[in-house]
Amino acid sequence: MAKIASSVSKQASALLAWVDDRLPVTSFWKAVMTGYQAPKNFNFWYYMGSLALLILVIQIFSGILLAMHYKPSAAEAFASVEYIMRDVDWGWLIRYMHTTGASFFFVVIYLHMFRSLLYGSHKAPRELLWVFGMLIYVLLMAEAFLGYILPWGQMSYWGAQVIINLFGAIPTIGEPLTQWIRGDYFISDATLNRFFALHVIAVPLALLGLIMLHLVALRENGSNNPDGIEIKKNKGPDGTPLDGIPFHPYYTVKDIFGVGMFLIVFCFVLFFWPEAGGMFLEHDNFVPADPLVTPEHIKPVWYFTPFYAILKAVPDKLMGVLTMGASVAILFFLPWLDRSPVRSIRYKGLWYKVLLAMFAIAFVRLGLLGMAEGTPAQTWEMRVWTLVYFMFFVLLFFMSPRAKTKPEPDRVTH
Amino acid sequence: MNKFSLSLLLTILLLPVASSSVSAASAAGVEHSGANVRDIASLQRGAKWYVNYCMGCHSISYMRYSRLAEDLGLSEDMVMENLVFTDAKFPDTMTIAMDPEQAKTWFGKTPPDLSLIGRSRGADWLYSYLLGFYQDETGGWNNTLLPNAAMPNVLWSLQGIQTPVYRQETTEGGFTTDVIDHFELTTAGTQSPVEFEETARDIAAFLEYTGEPVRSTRKDIGVWVILFLVLFTFIAYLLKAEYWRDVH
Repeated sequence: MAKIASSVSKQASALLAWVDDRLPVTSFWKAVMTGYQAPKNFNFWYYMGSLALLILVIQIFSGILLAMHYKPSAAEAFASVEYIMRDVDWGWLIRYMHTTGASFFFVVIYLHMFRSLLYGSHKAPRELLWVFGMLIYVLLMAEAFLGYILPWGQMSYWGAQVIINLFGAIPTIGEPLTQWIRGDYFISDATLNRFFALHVIAVPLALLGLIMLHLVALRENGSNNPDGIEIKKNKGPDGTPLDGIPFHPYYTVKDIFGVGMFLIVFCFVLFFWPEAGGMFLEHDNFVPADPLVTPEHIKPVWYFTPFYAILKAVPDKLMGVLTMGASVAILFFLPWLDRSPVRSIRYKGLWYKVLLAMFAIAFVRLGLLGMAEGTPAQTWEMRVWTLVYFMFFVLLFFMSPRAKTKPEPDRVTH
Repeated sequence: MNKFSLSLLLTILLLPVASSSVSAASAAGVEHSGANVRDIASLQRGAKWYVNYCMGCHSISYMRYSRLAEDLGLSEDMVMENLVFTDAKFPDTMTIAMDPEQAKTWFGKTPPDLSLIGRSRGADWLYSYLLGFYQDETGGWNNTLLPNAAMPNVLWSLQGIQTPVYRQETTEGGFTTDVIDHFELTTAGTQSPVEFEETARDIAAFLEYTGEPVRSTRKDIGVWVILFLVLFTFIAYLLKAEYWRDVH
């Protein structure tokens, strides 16, 4: 036995050598995994990147299987989704993986972005890393919106109606633009068909490209860490950072544990609470799309509601659309708005803790208010939190270069 | 950040969204049904009530008789004898012969397919809706949950006829309106009120089941999935701890 095993392993390494002469497999693995030094003090927030990749795989895998049974036509779409839920073997599991995955994608991405606000991961020299991340986030919103129309339920239809009509607020070109997007005078079969094409091919392709750029940019400067200090400043005699550990195996095994923890939560929702009380799968979307019947209360899915609330907070439609656009666009400039000499919240001082806490509360409150019906009292509350949302960036810009910081340590802490 | 400011922040965050409880108020009149999709006997009764009283007008066109038989523990013979009154075959879906256009002229609105009503409305709503029919002053049917519903009370022979007893309510400005205080059973049905609640509960449970036939199965599978993942995560933790022993 031992003899056979050693001969097999000999042949395997010969094969690897053959491939290595033609494709840099071993050197690539060393460069990005075993030879890549990551800070040793990653905490909870650092699981989100690998989890986002996991969800990407879940979405692509379940999406391919769904596309095998789904019919992108106004006449058949709704019925084909129910066909998947009832008649396709394990179809319900595939669909719930995809719907639960969509919401968890945003949970993980929001936490991933918040990590950056906590530890200053967007600051120099990682500005492009942040910008690529933001582009991924915007594309992910587009992907989610396009996908939401596909079940062709009432919320699919009327949600799309509201969002597409936002483009109509643009002066002069607004109306022709909405018509160009829909491919018709109203949301119809043509709209559904093109949204399907964009959802399964165009946006995922662009996403994959951007994720590649995001990862290349990450490996170029290495990860930031909760202390926000550069581990490359303290190198041992062998030239590796004293506070660094090889990404593989240390963080690969740690991320496997993270995957386990995540899947427990994910599968709990998937198997026991797939509608999440109407937040992941809205009740009205179990009614087939009807252009003649407007639902009582149209609201987007939870991950859009903070921005929807900002839209509703502004009385004028065009100004509302611009304000909502600005609330996303301003995030792109975060690396240049944060002018603090230190990265991490640990050393920025109390002012930043207060600012960030207010920002986080504003975002969550706006999310909750965006789901509500919109009474006058709620509209006023939305205005207050919209102001708080934007004040975060303004105050950050003016306070960050002036505020007194705490001394950063030389070596990472835990 | 000290404990006080942290708890203050949490309080702001968790403040109820002002008057969002109003949405719950619009659902006032929706009573707890106690419908249980695990209760196979209740689902079987619900199926029988449904095909006899509802399916004349309301199809469940995404539901197959064969699937119903499988999930409700019925044989093909039992289903074909008790539930199928048309020329439908066992694997067929539960469609109806009524022409939607004609139905529209009869009722003013085509009776909707109820395959997914359990998911869009929920069992409690359906239960309350079925109990909410009453005969108003015009002698016509009305419903507390869906005022001026196009649907008549098709279960009246079971329930009997209830008529409202009004009470006057005065607004702060001095206007008075009549609101329904309670119902009086003016004509008895073949079932007692308690029996009829049972019937409404069975139908609600049945429609909740047809909304998502896999509901019980997915939960049964989910238990094993979670158990596996807990074990997997525990082992993954041990593996991580072993690898990380030399990191200080």
